[in-house]
Amino acid sequence: MKLTVWTYEGPPHVGAMRVATGMKDLHFVLHAPQGDTYADLLFTMIERRSHRPPVTFTTFQAQDLGSDTAALFKHAAQDAHDRFQPQAMIVGSSCTAELIQDDPGGLADTMGLPVPVIALELPSYSRKENFGADETFFQITRCLAEPIERTARISCNLLGPTGLGFRHRDDVTEIAALLEEMGVDINVVAPMGASPTDIARLGAAHFNVLLYPETGETAARWLERTHSQPYTKTVPIGVGATREFIAEVQELSGSTVMPDDSRLRLPWWSSSVDSTYLTGKRVFVFGDATHVRAAARMAQEELGFEVVGLGCYNREFARDIRAFAREMGLEATITDDYLEVEAAIEALQPELILGTQMERHIGKRLNIPCAVISAPVHVQDFPARYSPQMGFEGANVIFDTWIHPLVMGLEEHLLAMFREDFEFHDAAGPSHHGHSVPAGTVEGRPTPDPALSAATAAAGKEASMVDAPALPAEGNVIWLADAERELKKIPFFVRGKARRNTELFAAERGMHQISVDTLYEAKAHYAR
Amino acid sequence: MTEQRPLPQSGCRDTPILRERGQREVFCGLTGIIWLHRKMQDAFFLVVGSRTCAHLLQSAAGVMIFAEPRFGTAILEEKDLAGMADAHEELDREVTRLLSRRPDIRQLFLVGSCPSEVIKLDLSRAAERLSQQFAPHVRVLNFSGSGIETTFTQGEDACLASMVPGLPETEARNFVVVGALPDVVEDQALSLLAAMGIEHVSCLPARRAGDDPAVGPNTVFALTQPFLGDTAGALERRGATRIVAPFPFGEEGTTAWIAAVAETFGIAQHVFDDVTAAPRARARKAIAAQAQELNGKRVFFFPDSQLEVPLARFLTRECGMEAVEIGTPYLHKDLCGPDLALIAEGPVLSEGQDVDLQLDRCRANRPDLTVCGLGLANPLEAEGLSTKWAIELVFTPVHFYEQAGDLAGLFSRPLRRRAALRMGATSGPIEGPSAAQGLRPAAAGEVSA
Repeated sequence: MKLTVWTYEGPPHVGAMRVATGMKDLHFVLHAPQGDTYADLLFTMIERRSHRPPVTFTTFQAQDLGSDTAALFKHAAQDAHDRFQPQAMIVGSSCTAELIQDDPGGLADTMGLPVPVIALELPSYSRKENFGADETFFQITRCLAEPIERTARISCNLLGPTGLGFRHRDDVTEIAALLEEMGVDINVVAPMGASPTDIARLGAAHFNVLLYPETGETAARWLERTHSQPYTKTVPIGVGATREFIAEVQELSGSTVMPDDSRLRLPWWSSSVDSTYLTGKRVFVFGDATHVRAAARMAQEELGFEVVGLGCYNREFARDIRAFAREMGLEATITDDYLEVEAAIEALQPELILGTQMERHIGKRLNIPCAVISAPVHVQDFPARYSPQMGFEGANVIFDTWIHPLVMGLEEHLLAMFREDFEFHDAAGPSHHGHSVPAGTVEGRPTPDPALSAATAAAGKEASMVDAPALPAEGNVIWLADAERELKKIPFFVRGKARRNTELFAAERGMHQISVDTLYEAKAHYAR
Repeated sequence: MTEQRPLPQSGCRDTPILRERGQREVFCGLTGIIWLHRKMQDAFFLVVGSRTCAHLLQSAAGVMIFAEPRFGTAILEEKDLAGMADAHEELDREVTRLLSRRPDIRQLFLVGSCPSEVIKLDLSRAAERLSQQFAPHVRVLNFSGSGIETTFTQGEDACLASMVPGLPETEARNFVVVGALPDVVEDQALSLLAAMGIEHVSCLPARRAGDDPAVGPNTVFALTQPFLGDTAGALERRGATRIVAPFPFGEEGTTAWIAAVAETFGIAQHVFDDVTAAPRARARKAIAAQAQELNGKRVFFFPDSQLEVPLARFLTRECGMEAVEIGTPYLHKDLCGPDLALIAEGPVLSEGQDVDLQLDRCRANRPDLTVCGLGLANPLEAEGLSTKWAIELVFTPVHFYEQAGDLAGLFSRPLRRRAALRMGATSGPIEGPSAAQGLRPAAAGEVSA
């Protein structure tokens, strides 16, 4: 058992739902207890879908547990088929049904339904949502993709986009247009938007574009093996990665066309003098492996940040991300425990966090600006406007998204410097962080001054559920009043770093008090 | 009492009930934790379940997850399923860790889930064992919030019922208000009762462990929520007597509820009138302001919280609506009898659900307002039906006089909104890239730059 408050990923059957909901004319019959239908609202609310997900839950109850859960399943599957007339069905068990050991695949086989019925194995107690999506898409592909003649013109499939995917909708639009510009036809986009009939035509493409390894890699590998379709290895997020991706596509397709990049603004925006202050800003990157890898590269090469820490929550990609981090001289944080991520961020005191919805909240607590780069995300990250992450427009979107909280930070600082106005006094905190209830609020405790949160957060931890991070100076060094006041004159967005560095400096020298002099000696010591 | 609305001839008390079995689009009882933990300030709710349970709580709790909430899930892993003895050791270890980090916790609820019920993990024994271990500082209790046994608000019932056997014994004549109400609502209820001179009033659940009500043969209690059947049964087993009344929604429901209590305690009519006259007038005025949009409109309830019957009573009698179908996950006829009697004959009463069949009925009826869960709300809106999502009725203060206008407002707002929006299409976009393909490249760059 493991005590959990927040999970980065849902159970594997939610991954299967993401595939089913993304597709058309496919129906999913999920053997699950009453209550598991909660997952519907992820699609109808967060993604704002206007239709119910094509999922029938058997919703068994305690009184059904005797012998007839199997009959209940068959009844539900028959009803679903008769009502929705899908081209194919998938069947599987949620975590509770896995325990009662009805066999949805076997049961469906005995029913003689007139459409293909694909059985899913979703090990709920060892795997998670992304595995569920990847496995489901793979099984659908394996069952339905037929040997078929290649299209006359050069074409490819786009693999991996699903329901509830972070910016999948616009990434597909962006990359499809880029490929068409290069003279490459899109054969099938799958699973999102594809019907079982479309899956049957996957083999007609000359190669595959793997947009999201998390949800499409197993299918891509299988298609490579069985249908001799090579697939692209670079995920086109960022200017450099997009250019590499284009080169890869040119190699696979023989196309010599360079897509028009006249609307790409990131390189100039990033070179303009207004961006100089971004140089060496310390960033921490966390999310799913694909987005983390892309973001870390962009941060370093395209925005001139310094990546001080990175990691991912999906263990399937742990080895890749560890190796990638080592190349950058870092140790990757591979964990699905947000308290570990929080501890890592707290110890590093970055100036910007690129992460998920959870890191956004950690950023709020620690008073560090944050931008969202990866699922899991909330409703505001399924925007109405066009906002891809991939391709040239994606790079523009990312520049704006990441810089926005920093510009706001500078703005806040300037306001505070020039006006001792009540609205801008030190304790008011940065308004865009939503500090009407200040950061670091802990159940039933007074709130630490946001300005001091970096140092006092550890004290607040006795009420939360994590051990204090191993800061060397913790509790041994006292800030003298003058030094404390001087520290408050430092802009809030670098104050945490200044405090940490000073305490480290003092601890290394065996000092027990920090005076104004210590503060400035430390500043000189760490200055570059 | 003054100004009674005419009673329907026979009401819905004897209406035959449509009982359906099929897919149920409802929450499980674990969801109750989300509001219960706010009410019981020194309690921690530890679900023993799967990643699905944790994911459900996370989805239902929304942003609350990020405020160091007092609930969590001990997620079962493969090794826990292999052998049973190990599971108890694992649980003890997790609980010990939790309590050492949260010394402020005085009550710990081990909450059963579908997985823990199916593998028959004996959480009541675990609760006993852990209670002994952590006594007297922490009391460890157990209830089930599993989907196989409980629907949504029934989780609160199971929780409160689990507390009843441990409540202190008393011989005194006291009054217990049963049901977790928002603090502001609870304060209003207590001050109305105090103003009438009713003494020794306490609440179940109490805000803190030390303030638990005592129970005995002279205790009387009244429910503020219709889903508390097991809790009522447990209190009656300890000798307490239930006051029969409609539930305190709207002006009429609140007045009837307080009147039943006043009668039990022999409060004089003029005292009752003095105390209730002003808030009754306020409530009526506030409802009237909201009821304009609702008058004559037809409402359809999908099953969700068991609040459907008393809310249908409020909407039909005080807001002039017509009920088409009143769906409820469980119909406790004994508890809802007074409310059923006040609803005019006509609506279909349904218990349980086959969601596809019920959707067919809803579409055929084309009600003006459909009360349903979030999994159905947007899809129905896209079909041109106005909806009110039901969960809000459990999280928002809606009971008693001062909230009566707000309660009507929750139902009138979607209708007002539909009337206000004049953009033509109401159906949602077709999802997926095929619909979006035309957007780029020309327009897109301009739009987002």
